[in-house]
Amino acid sequence: MSKQLTGIQIYKYLPKTNCKKCGYPTCLAFAMKVAQKAEDVALCPDLSDEARQFLGDAARPPVRPVNIGVEKKITVGDEVVLFRHEKRFYHPPALVVKVKDTEPLDAMTRLVREVSNYSVERIGLQLNLDGFALLNESGDSAKFAELVAVVNDNTELPLIIMSSNPEAMKLALEKTAQHKPLIYAATSDNYKEMAQLALDYQCPLAVSEKGGLSQLAELSELVSQQGVADIIIDPGADDFSHSINILTQLRRLAINMNVSSLGYPIITFPGDVAASPEEEILLAAQHITKYAGIIVLNNFSPAAVYPLLVLRLNIYTDPQKPIQVAPGVYNINDPKEASPLAVTTNFSLTYFSVAGEVQSSGFPVWLLVCDTEGMAVLTAWAAGKFSAASIASAVKKYGVDNNIKHRSLIIPGYVAVIKGALEEELPGWEIMIGPRDAIDIGNYLKQKWLA
Amino acid sequence: MAEIAKPVEKWIGSVKEVKLGDDGRESVILGGETTLPFLHFEGAMPNRPLVAVEIHDIEPSGWPPLLLSAWGGVVKAPVLWAKAAVQGGADIIVLRLRSAHPEAGNTGADEAKRVVDKLLGAVSVPLIIMGPEVTEKDNEVLLAASEVARGVRIGLGRCTEKNYRTIAATCLVNNHVAIASTPNDVNLAKQLNILLHEVGLPLDSIIHEPSTGALGYGLEYTYSVLERLRLSALIGDEMMAVPVMCSVGEESWRQKESRSTEGIPVAWGDNEQRAITWEALTALPLVTAGASIVVLRHPQTVAMLKAAIDKLMKPDI
Repeated sequence: MSKQLTGIQIYKYLPKTNCKKCGYPTCLAFAMKVAQKAEDVALCPDLSDEARQFLGDAARPPVRPVNIGVEKKITVGDEVVLFRHEKRFYHPPALVVKVKDTEPLDAMTRLVREVSNYSVERIGLQLNLDGFALLNESGDSAKFAELVAVVNDNTELPLIIMSSNPEAMKLALEKTAQHKPLIYAATSDNYKEMAQLALDYQCPLAVSEKGGLSQLAELSELVSQQGVADIIIDPGADDFSHSINILTQLRRLAINMNVSSLGYPIITFPGDVAASPEEEILLAAQHITKYAGIIVLNNFSPAAVYPLLVLRLNIYTDPQKPIQVAPGVYNINDPKEASPLAVTTNFSLTYFSVAGEVQSSGFPVWLLVCDTEGMAVLTAWAAGKFSAASIASAVKKYGVDNNIKHRSLIIPGYVAVIKGALEEELPGWEIMIGPRDAIDIGNYLKQKWLA
Repeated sequence: MAEIAKPVEKWIGSVKEVKLGDDGRESVILGGETTLPFLHFEGAMPNRPLVAVEIHDIEPSGWPPLLLSAWGGVVKAPVLWAKAAVQGGADIIVLRLRSAHPEAGNTGADEAKRVVDKLLGAVSVPLIIMGPEVTEKDNEVLLAASEVARGVRIGLGRCTEKNYRTIAATCLVNNHVAIASTPNDVNLAKQLNILLHEVGLPLDSIIHEPSTGALGYGLEYTYSVLERLRLSALIGDEMMAVPVMCSVGEESWRQKESRSTEGIPVAWGDNEQRAITWEALTALPLVTAGASIVVLRHPQTVAMLKAAIDKLMKPDI
C-alpha cells in the first residue's frame, strides 16, 4: 500500500455527487482535505462498502496512537512525519519517572508526591511530568504489588508496570487495572501470558525485543495476532548512536514504508545506559527530538526536568502556527501618562521576554504589541510585517496617544533602521532606539528614560 | 516472517569539507557528511562535530557570576584562558575582540594584532576570530587579525550581508575561512553563500552561522533550519552545503534561566545545574540536527558535549 493517498486517488472512491453533506462544496474539495488528514473520510454518508474498506485502511495512522491511563492520560503515537518542518510532531513524548520496589517505601511515596505535584509555568502553559514506571526489581511479587498499591494511592498520573514475571504482573494489575496502566513488557519468553493479561485487563502492552528490527516486528506481530491492539515497542535503545540510528529506522519504516508491525510508539530508558545523571538528561533530550513516545527517567531533579520540558515544548510546537498573543496595548507595572511607550511584536516568546523584563525592571511601561502574525522582531521586519507603516498604524489603531502625554516611542534595537521612516509616518514623534535584546531592557530604561 | 531491511535513503549530495588551521599548525576538517547526522547505517560522517570555546580579549561584561567563576582568574587573560579551554577539551577557540567595541575600550588594529599573535603562539588548535559587531570596528580588527594570522586558516566573523566583500577578500588573500552569519532562515543562508561565491570565495572557505535560538527562545527554529539545510545539501544544492556553526553559549547564557539566581520559582531547581543544562540542551539538539561546530561557554558543558559526540560517532552496527 502506498504511504499516503493523494486527493485524486481518494476522489476516485467518493460518490462524485457534490451533495455537500460532508460540509464541503464538492467531492474533490473534500478529498483534498482527507488527503491532508484534515478530515475523516467517514464524514461522507454515501461511501460504498468497498470504498470504506479501502480508504479506512489507507487512513490507518502509520504510528498507532496509544492511550495509557483513564482520567489523566498519556497519549502518544499518531505521528506522520520524520521532520517537524514537514508538518508537525503531534504527541509529545511522555516523561515518566522510575520507581523501584527495592527502595524504601516512604522515600518512594515522597518522590511520587513530589513528581506528581511538579509543575512549571512557561508562556502561559503549565508543564508537568506524565507518570511513573514501577519496577519489580526485587523479583518479589507481593512487594511489587504493595508498591503499586501505595503509588496508586499517591498519584493520579498514569503508570507503567514493569515486571518480566506474569505472576507479579497479574497481582499488580489486580491493584490498578482500572487505571489502564501500560504493561511492560512482553518478551519472546513470556509474550503469551503477557498478551493474555493485556486482553483480560484491557490494558496496553509494551513489547521488548533487543535483537533487531525483524525480531521486534515478529514479536509485535505475535502479540497483535493474539488480539492486543494497543502496543508500545521497546527496541532496546542503547546509547546516543544506537538510539538515533534505531529510532530513525523505526520511524522511517513506520511512516515511509508502512511496516505496520513497527508502527507503534517507542519507549526508551536513557538512565539505564547513561554514565551519569547529566548524561541521562542529554540522552533523554535526544530521545525527545528523535523519536521516542515514552521516556523513562531514573533521576528526578527540577533543574534538569525543567529544561527537558521546555525542549519538548519547543520541538512539538506547530511550526506553521507560531504561538501568538493578542495585539493591543498592555499596561505593565501600572503606567501613567508620563510613562514610556515601547513597541514589540505579537510572537509569544518575544512578548513574554519583553514583558517579563519590563516587569522585573519595576518601570511602569505601556507596551504596544503589533500584529506581526506571530513573527519575532527580525523575521517580522524582514517579512514587512513590522515596518514603519505597520507600527504607525498600530499606534493609531490602538489609540495609544490617548494614554500618554509625551510623544516618544521606543523601538527594538534590531529594527533601528526604520527610525527615519517611522518619524516620517508619525510626524511630531521622537523615535528612540531600545536595546536589541529583552535582557537589556532594565538597564536601558534606567539609563535612557530616567536620564 | 520476512527479514526487515534497514531503511536506507539514497542521497546524491554531501556537505562540503572545510579545513580550519594550516601552515604547520593543528588543523581540523569540518563537514563531508553524505547522510543525515550520525546515521552511520546510511552514509559517511568522516569528520566529527567540534566543540569550540568562546573567550574574550578582555574580561567579559554581563556574564553571570557562576559562569565567570567556573573559569576563575583566567577570564582576565586571554592567553591563559585559551590554554585552560584547550585543556578542558576545546577543539577550537573562538576569540571575541570585545575591547574594540566603542563602549568597551575602543581599541583598534594594533591591539587585535597583538592579542591574535599571542594566541597563535600559545595554543595550536584552530582559531575563529569574531569582531565586536560594530561594522567599522569589525572591519578594522578582523582585517588586522587576518594579516597577522596570514596562511594559518583561521575563521573570521561575523561576515554578513554588509561586510561580505571585505571579509571574502581578506580570506582569499590570507587563506582564511569566512563565518557567514545570517538571520535564521534557509534562503538568507543560501543567498549569503551565493554572494560570497560570486566574489570568488570558494565554498570550502565558508562556514554558515544562523542566528541561534536558545532553548525556550526559538531553539526549534534553528533546529528546523539546520535540518532543512542538511536535507538541501544531501539532495544536491551546493549553495546550502557548507558546514554550520551555532553560537550556543552566547544565546543560552543571555536567558534568565541561566542568569537569575533570586526570586525564581522552586520548580526551576538548582541555579548552576539548570544554567549548565540549558546550554547543553541548546547544543545537543543542534548537533543532532547537523551543526558542525557548537560554540560553548561553560567548561562543564564542553565536557558533556564532547562525551555525547564521542558516543554519537561510534558506528552503530
